[in-house]
Amino acid sequence: MSNAISALEGRAVAGDVTVTDMGLQGMISLRGDLSDKALTKVCKSVTGADAPKPLQMSVAGASGFGWMSPDEALLLVPYNVVRDGLASINNALSGQHFLASNVSDARAHIVVSGAYADEVIAKVSPVDMHPDSFAIGDFRRSHLGQVAAAFWKSDANTFHVICFRSVADYVFDLLAASAKAGPVGYTS
Amino acid sequence: MLTLHCPYCGVDADETDLHAGGEAHLTRFGPGASDDDFEGYLFTRKNPKGVHFERWRHAYGCGKWFLAARCTATLEVFATYSAQTVAPPADVRAAITAKRPDWSWGDLS
Repeated sequence: MSNAISALEGRAVAGDVTVTDMGLQGMISLRGDLSDKALTKVCKSVTGADAPKPLQMSVAGASGFGWMSPDEALLLVPYNVVRDGLASINNALSGQHFLASNVSDARAHIVVSGAYADEVIAKVSPVDMHPDSFAIGDFRRSHLGQVAAAFWKSDANTFHVICFRSVADYVFDLLAASAKAGPVGYTS
Repeated sequence: MLTLHCPYCGVDADETDLHAGGEAHLTRFGPGASDDDFEGYLFTRKNPKGVHFERWRHAYGCGKWFLAARCTATLEVFATYSAQTVAPPADVRAAITAKRPDWSWGDLS
């Protein structure tokens, strides 16, 4: 068995806004009919989180159930239970049109936390991060700088970012540079 | 800079989140078509100054293709709508007529 490591190996930058690699994060990409009851039921049993509304991430402890598109969900679970989760999904949905895959090692999970964390993201993405338009629980796929990324707001000063593993280094440095450059006064 | 409303996920997507797909409502001419029809399908595109219908893909977001009616001269967006349509729906045409009473696009007006 290989020794799994995350792309950034727990790298962290301290400051008024901290940028931290969350290490290994289990992720299941699920495509299918999100209005199907059997699908939402098995996702809830795997993650413990309720089905999210469109453009939302529903969080339960260390797990989450995110709305990626009208026919795609992202399930966040602890790294070591991904196989069990996939087995449950494949069992529950057998015979249906769906696709569930383990994407844990294909992606990185970074947390941006601190007083002006929303501005750190606002500066490098086209999304309006003002609290009036991006509330706690909101989840958005967009891009950070040059690369695709998804992020959600878990509390007023904490944002979780998911990006591809191959660009994790770029995204981390981009967020760290954005944090180091300081607030711009848009959201506060 | 364009901001288009994605009819699938409901996000007002920035142009940098989108991928342009060219003219909408093309009629496909494939095997068995005449050379002129096939050439027209492959190469002949409208390039209007004014009302235009385009395909866009919410590439960095939900990944869905959708259609947009907009003005190429002012960048005003009249409407965005589902890609599962072969012609602009009545409400889209009404929205354009309200702003540009004498618009025309191909056979449409």
